[in-house]
Amino acid sequence: MNDTVASLHFKFEVNGGDFAKAGDASSRVKKILQQIGADQAIIRRVAIACYEAEMNVVIHARHGFVVLDADLEKIIIVVDDEGPGIEDIELAMTPGYSTAPDSVREMGFGAGMGLPNMKSCSNEMEIHSRRDVGTTIRMVFENA
Amino acid sequence: MLLANIAQNLNLNPINEPSADVEVTSGYASDLLSDVLAKAKNGAIWATNQKHINIIGVAVMLNLAGVIIAGGIEPDENTVAKAREENIPLYITETSLFDVAGKLYELGLRST
Repeated sequence: MNDTVASLHFKFEVNGGDFAKAGDASSRVKKILQQIGADQAIIRRVAIACYEAEMNVVIHARHGFVVLDADLEKIIIVVDDEGPGIEDIELAMTPGYSTAPDSVREMGFGAGMGLPNMKSCSNEMEIHSRRDVGTTIRMVFENA
Repeated sequence: MLLANIAQNLNLNPINEPSADVEVTSGYASDLLSDVLAKAKNGAIWATNQKHINIIGVAVMLNLAGVIIAGGIEPDENTVAKAREENIPLYITETSLFDVAGKLYELGLRST
């Protein structure tokens, strides 16, 4: 990364159900990481995980934020939403498990691969969720 | 292999082609977006039967070389607009997804 950038912080809004704008926050995150000269491999991992998390907000929640924090050692993505929450996180992490409606599955989402993808792209992932309140996912990506 | 060669070989109909002078590293065929996100390589050409705007978002995230909508399916209007905005090459073809994947493979492209 560029040594002149000590740390940065950005926050982007995500609206539930807005498929036309879905992915815009992740696209902004990706462009920022490209601008600061982050390594291509880490940009790919962040982009994929951030996009999956953002899509989950669009698919399941009412409203949320994508927050990017980056410094020389690591990139942190926090995706925080107001929504139904995840009832059973362990079950939700099972590849192939999804609660997405049929209309969303027809679009090729909701295959139950999002959370496993996020886990495999990140170095650390924490999920906090409260039913009928919302979900917060924090992912850390370390520079190799 | 250049995108121009692929477009010509498969007789693809360009919907958005900012440049065909793009190196294509590999190929992928899938209608599951998470599968594409997990497996398609940067610089891949992606063949799908999906037609909605989010396929362009996936292409942007992965720096894909282009997207082919197979099986005579027309893209949504906002898909085309987004492809133009993001400079993502977008093609359509009457050829089935199976045959598009087969032809890409025949040209020497692999998914890995």
